[in-house]
Amino acid sequence: MSLKEHFEIPVRYKQWSFGLMAVGAVSLIIGFFLYANGTEGQRAHFWSALLQNSVYFLLTVNAAMFFFTATTLAMGGWTLSFRRVTEAISACVPLIGGITFVIMMIIVFGNKHYVYEWLNKDLVNKDEILSGKRGFLNPTFFTIWTILSIGLWTILGMKMRSISREIDNGPLSVEEGKKYIYKNTVWSALYIVWFALTVASTVPWLWLMSLNAHWFSTMYSWYTFGSSFVSGVALMTLFVIYMKNQGYLEYTNAEHLHDLGKFQFAFSIFWTYLWFSQFMLIWYANISEETVYFRPRFLGPYQGIFYLNLIINFLAPLLIYMTRSAKRNYSTLVFMSVALLFGHWLDFYQMVFGSTSPNEVPMNLFDFGIAAGFVGLIIWKTGDAMSRYPLLQKNHPFFKESIIHHT
Amino acid sequence: MAVKKFVVGCFDDEAVLFPAVKKVRTSGYKLYDIFTPMPIHGLDKAMGLRETSIHTAGFFYGLLGTMTALCGIGYVFLVDWPINFGGKPHFSLPAWIPITFELTVLFSSIGMVMTFCYLCQMAPFVKKHHFHPRSTDDLFVMVIECTEKNNETDISGFLTSIGAIETNVQDAETGWWLGRYDKTEKPFEHKSALA
Repeated sequence: MSLKEHFEIPVRYKQWSFGLMAVGAVSLIIGFFLYANGTEGQRAHFWSALLQNSVYFLLTVNAAMFFFTATTLAMGGWTLSFRRVTEAISACVPLIGGITFVIMMIIVFGNKHYVYEWLNKDLVNKDEILSGKRGFLNPTFFTIWTILSIGLWTILGMKMRSISREIDNGPLSVEEGKKYIYKNTVWSALYIVWFALTVASTVPWLWLMSLNAHWFSTMYSWYTFGSSFVSGVALMTLFVIYMKNQGYLEYTNAEHLHDLGKFQFAFSIFWTYLWFSQFMLIWYANISEETVYFRPRFLGPYQGIFYLNLIINFLAPLLIYMTRSAKRNYSTLVFMSVALLFGHWLDFYQMVFGSTSPNEVPMNLFDFGIAAGFVGLIIWKTGDAMSRYPLLQKNHPFFKESIIHHT
Repeated sequence: MAVKKFVVGCFDDEAVLFPAVKKVRTSGYKLYDIFTPMPIHGLDKAMGLRETSIHTAGFFYGLLGTMTALCGIGYVFLVDWPINFGGKPHFSLPAWIPITFELTVLFSSIGMVMTFCYLCQMAPFVKKHHFHPRSTDDLFVMVIECTEKNNETDISGFLTSIGAIETNVQDAETGWWLGRYDKTEKPFEHKSALA
């Protein structure tokens, strides 16, 4: 059997990615002229849309690297037949991270206090709670921590990808194989530790929770992580199925996709668990400092999105992904992956806009245009990264484990 | 149930077992079951067993648990003894979710275990014929049922030819019976005949 190891980007793939990017660019330009110099509400809409989309898509592509390192640490060999696809998705981190960083810096140093209220110095000086949080919520710390987060994700991700590529030339001996696994483990562990310190704790506080600077929730970071990981796995599933349909990834079969489906199913439940824990404690205690977050979402204009969010991200995967055959069916997987990506985009939407625009839902074509731009960027960059290197990591010591994988 | 005649073949290698299963299925002999000390991935598919429906059963047990919880709490807090807890409405669904969740999990897990035990006919004091003691230790034991179209010597020879390290012929009860002992074993008689 001859393997198709080198991905040649189809013309239609390029057309789609550039088309979506063009839609994003046009939306950005139109939005800039319509909103960026308008009323405060319009400016808040413009910057919140950029913030929401960039953070959501950054955390989603970064989840691919988390998946890669977590399975490496767990000695999970089954992912190897499609691991290059997850690597390629994580190669979007520098690009989207750079865009996110630029947007953040414009918001913070452009003093856009209608996005982050803690940027308003007069307010902070008068407000006891906000001045108490000043050590954490200030432009200097924000900048340093953002640079560190995105920078180390990029650097450690690049290191993981280069380690992955260094065995492409020839098979390893047993001793070399052991050393190789050990090296992988060490670098994955470093990445995971940094991931825990950023995505699983500080970064959601800093980037998203501080939109409601008075409010806090200890569940928030895990809940954001749950969201981003579900959408990350959904994105991986979509790319793997696309590559299968193009005739690549011969060793990947229904068994691997079944496991990806299980990941989506399990982490949807995990997301719901955290979402509900956060909601129920606040609902039950009914303290006004805490309910301020849920007021626009649960009772205010975001009510529709609030329930739609639960239906798409909890009920749909629970009921549709429950059977074994659904997780092995390409059509169900594609349908649910797209639904979950949209559902978690919506989740991030209400996270951001519920805070910056609590009195009305300003959603219009502009938001979808920006989202399309990011999708185009991810499609283009992932395809580019997949076409550069062989699609199979044939010399990895666990490769056979992936071929004979059974569920 | 009924007593039937079986030919038992023992295999000690997974790599031999899988082709053997394929050959038995193409040869037309009636494959009764395979007993293995541990779960073997892909053996069910090789034997041509259909996919289990225990997960469907689990779904309905879970649904039953959800309904039980909601109806139970609903009856207590809405009908039987409505209490005002901190000004919350009597019908306060979020507060009920944890218990509903727990009962859903409890019902589906216990229901699935019970169903599994029922399907495998496992319960205290329920006994089934055991074809080979080493099927719980280190041998894969394949059992083929004799029919009127074939005879045990042919099957034994066939099993040996496809890699069985040991074969024997047994007349065995296919169903279960109550009690602690094998049907053929007479616990209160002299045991010198037992090897």
